[in-house]
Amino acid sequence: MAKEDYEVVMGLEIHAELSTKTKIFCSCPTDFGGEPNTHCCPVCMAMPGTLPVLNEKVVEYAVKAGIAMNCDIAENSKNDRKNYFYPDLPKSYQISQFDMPLCKNGYIEIETKDGKKKIGITRIHFEEDAGKLNHDEYGGGSFVDLNRAGVPLIEIVSEPDIRGAEEADIYLKKVKSILEYIEVSDCKMQEGSLRADVNVSVRKKGDNKLGTRTEMKNMNSFRAIQNAVAYEVKRQIDILESGGKVEQETLRWDELQGETISMRDKEDAQDYRYFPEPDLALIHISKEYVEEIKRNMPELPESRKNRYISYYNLPEYDANILTSTKYFSNLFEGALEVCNNPKAVSNWIMSDIIGILNEKEINADKIPFTAKDLGELICLIDKGTISTSIAKKVLLEMFDTSEKPNKIIEKNGWVQISDEGAIIEVVNKILAANPQSISDYKAGKDRALGFLIGQAMKETKGKANPGMLNKMFLEELNKQ
Amino acid sequence: MNVSREEIIHMANLADLNLSEEEIQKYTKDMEDILAFANEINKVNTDNLDESITANERYNILRKDEVKEFEDKDALLQNAPSQKNGMFHIPKMI
Ligand SMILES: [Zn+2]
Repeated sequence: MAKEDYEVVMGLEIHAELSTKTKIFCSCPTDFGGEPNTHCCPVCMAMPGTLPVLNEKVVEYAVKAGIAMNCDIAENSKNDRKNYFYPDLPKSYQISQFDMPLCKNGYIEIETKDGKKKIGITRIHFEEDAGKLNHDEYGGGSFVDLNRAGVPLIEIVSEPDIRGAEEADIYLKKVKSILEYIEVSDCKMQEGSLRADVNVSVRKKGDNKLGTRTEMKNMNSFRAIQNAVAYEVKRQIDILESGGKVEQETLRWDELQGETISMRDKEDAQDYRYFPEPDLALIHISKEYVEEIKRNMPELPESRKNRYISYYNLPEYDANILTSTKYFSNLFEGALEVCNNPKAVSNWIMSDIIGILNEKEINADKIPFTAKDLGELICLIDKGTISTSIAKKVLLEMFDTSEKPNKIIEKNGWVQISDEGAIIEVVNKILAANPQSISDYKAGKDRALGFLIGQAMKETKGKANPGMLNKMFLEELNKQ
Repeated sequence: MNVSREEIIHMANLADLNLSEEEIQKYTKDMEDILAFANEINKVNTDNLDESITANERYNILRKDEVKEFEDKDALLQNAPSQKNGMFHIPKMI
């Protein structure tokens, strides 16, 4: 059988660090970086006799995520201990949630090439992150830094509804975008604040039974997931095609070698011996609490998109891109507050800003100017202060210097020339230098006018008001 | 309650313990006694009682999300058998 006769079935477990100020069970700061073991205290270092106290924001953020992903919020929930030994886990157990997660039975909608599709969310629970092991920096041994130990995480577990690497990519980006919109995680994959365990299995098309799955842990880039899944799917199909059996196991993706490597043998099958955490009280979530959070939820991308289409008359394609991250969406809405020209603002983001971001290889969250700045820039075009071509130069400088558009224009002397006397002077100068164009125009070649305007623009370094140039060239040509 | 030799070895592995043959025998017997003792509770009549998930009936014991830095940082590492650059130094892990 060929590769096309198989169907890929995937589920994702996404871990997102919550953007609370303090850790989940103690008051240490969660700031990224910092000297090793400086964001620590006896609680997150698991000193004997210490007790955890749950951060109320962790519950709030996890409930927010549950609501945004259409989950049922459990009225009663609890914490459990997940037991395993690893030096980045100082208590030798992780406080997590086992059989009574905070959120269950949700879904999110993604746009695939075959249209909209729902991906089921089995559950969302909260837990603590582990510390970090450093290797080889100072010769032999390993070194434990517990700054990240106890940083709150949510784990979002999907149903096995994902068919292939491309859908996994769309799904992960959608989850990231939602978490950013509701401001519960900053989702920085490079810093490890968003990472995914990816389950993959294959089965013959038409089969209802799931194939044996393998799991790849801690994937923290979109590209690694694409490559790892492609490799793993081929590996599993090759095994089945040659009459073998896929083993259920945990794999590690080796980006350099471009292959998956088995992490543990089966004899050591994971047995976490979960049991209820005796050091923490139960969590009770009232209907009023959920309603209150619902009332204060930021508007989600789906709703923003529909509003852009119906209220601002933007094409669905544009609305999709503008709402693909909160950074574009907030830029769009912020600019509109200053400059009420939705089509123009949308175009500037869709073509110029996204173009510059791609060229400079920077992410949308790193745009160095404010939405108000963009609005002002577009207003300056609408008012005739600068031409569109000058505005493009101003935008580039805004990216480089983060300065206000007005200041950049003033500094470079880029104000559009709209003074009649000055324009007529340029028009006459260009006409005098181009007698051939005058005869061409007289002979009915309209292109000659475009050439003359182009020359005048060049002469004024793009600062002449194009509308006035057009009008005055016509007047002068008709006089001749 | 029967506890198998394999179960004892599995539990010992999970706890990172190496047991001698003698210890395996002894703990198998001990574990059977413990389970038999715990089984006593199954004799209690629980008809008409709600299921409880904890012995502690209190709920929502929460704290505000406010940073309080722990001051005595040096004390945190003072019992480390070995440390370097503010980190716990341990055998090589991969
Ligand atoms: Zn702490």
